[in-house]
Amino acid sequence: MKSYPISIKPFGERAVLVEWPEKVSESILADILDFMDAFKELEIPGWEMSVAYNSLTMVYNQDHIDFEETKNMILECHEKQAKSKTERIQHLWTLPVCYDLEFGMDIEEASKTLGLSVKELIEQHTSHQYVVYGIGFLPGFMYLGGLPTSLEIPRRAEPRLKVQKGSVGLASKQTGIYPQDSPGGWNIIGNCPINLFDPTKKDPCFVKVGDKIQFESISKAEYKLHKIEGEVGIYEPEKVVLNA
Amino acid sequence: MLKVLKPGLYSTIQDLGRFGHRDIGVPISGAMDVESVKKANMLLENDENAAVIEITMTGPTLLFDTTSYICLSGAHIVATLNNQPIDNYTVLKVEKGDILSYGRLETGFRGYLAIKGGFQSKKVLDSHSLFFPVTKSARLKDGDEIPYKETLSYEPKISEIKIEEHFEKNTLKVYKGPEFSLLSDGQLMEIFAKPYTVSKENNRMAYQLSELITGHSHSMLTSGTLPGTVQLTPAGRMIILMKDGQTTGGYPRILQLSEESISVLAQKKYGDELKFKLV
Repeated sequence: MKSYPISIKPFGERAVLVEWPEKVSESILADILDFMDAFKELEIPGWEMSVAYNSLTMVYNQDHIDFEETKNMILECHEKQAKSKTERIQHLWTLPVCYDLEFGMDIEEASKTLGLSVKELIEQHTSHQYVVYGIGFLPGFMYLGGLPTSLEIPRRAEPRLKVQKGSVGLASKQTGIYPQDSPGGWNIIGNCPINLFDPTKKDPCFVKVGDKIQFESISKAEYKLHKIEGEVGIYEPEKVVLNA
Repeated sequence: MLKVLKPGLYSTIQDLGRFGHRDIGVPISGAMDVESVKKANMLLENDENAAVIEITMTGPTLLFDTTSYICLSGAHIVATLNNQPIDNYTVLKVEKGDILSYGRLETGFRGYLAIKGGFQSKKVLDSHSLFFPVTKSARLKDGDEIPYKETLSYEPKISEIKIEEHFEKNTLKVYKGPEFSLLSDGQLMEIFAKPYTVSKENNRMAYQLSELITGHSHSMLTSGTLPGTVQLTPAGRMIILMKDGQTTGGYPRILQLSEESISVLAQKKYGDELKFKLV
């Protein structure tokens, strides 16, 4: 596969921004992940990389960098990447969401705005697979792509000062889960009982960029059960390997 | 143990930061004014990453229960050890029962307390820096106890230094940010020809500036941000991300502060004036 063209910009004294064509696309994301794998194979300690849609921020923790030198290293790695593709394991995670009004305080209003019944909104929200295009904003917050246009709804006019941890929201082309209590302007339609960020674990965030997410509607009783299971550490979200 | 008798306005434990976790959205955190921390740790001959206490404007009251050596740095906040005034950048011995307390803020905004060997609080994701919810608390509170090692005697190579305070500067050196080219000639004039003041919205996450510049209607895909990234909102507000700042954002990143200038800005408070200079 031919890789996409990239552009490299300086970003302060120890970072660069690598940009792919400005589109939300699974094949661009795959190209970014291929590049990251190829770069990791160089085994240069001190580089941190984070993806967001079509860009990769690369930060060197150890020192200031020489931009031209870094740029050449990246271009060379990008050239080579097409030849040696590593196999990546990606998962589809099924995440339970309780759409009960107790949690989804905006679901009735959002349904009306979208011209759907609450049941139809839930059906549509749970029938798609969403691609994780980045993790950022808050620890464990996933940028998800692939929301059907029928669920596109503007942000709330006034953000809430506190959105509860686990809240599942809709805002324009995005859907997502608040991994912690936070101010926020998304329309809240439910709550996911799973802890998406746990700093006590060796791997604090089980979802990886490039994975997919599908939501599953659960009852209040199941929500409470999963919440307790999560607190005592015996709940594992369901996953399947996508590219086995 | 160092016992917190009064926590002050916003006191935290910080090292140089939490590296290697930005891919899961964890901010770097770490001391806001790295320059001041490095100097205090240098006088104590500590590792430069040794954990210190960061004090914001109003200092805490702290009780020592073990012999060690301390050094204060950063903002000038009147400080006393057992009611005797003490100076910044001076290595001092502390013993069981000694009380460090702080009074009036004179210059700067953030002070530091470093101790021989560094504070030994629990590391989370490879760092001592407090950042909720990565760590259980966001800042120190009454009754907290922070472990440190006993040092019965220490002969510092240099026991005090005179420092040219970087926080008396008010020029921020900036590089072009990734979206610098979006700026019009008019916006460039506004940014570089006028002084700006720090708004009330300033904390470890970000500093917002009071004055607006001409806005924009550019929409972009969310992308990475760093401490020192200057974002421009559609309304024309400049927001400078700091150490606890989010790892991604959706506003154009017009400028990027030099690391030295992050330390300069960390010592600014509401109403302070600053200027940008492109390097």
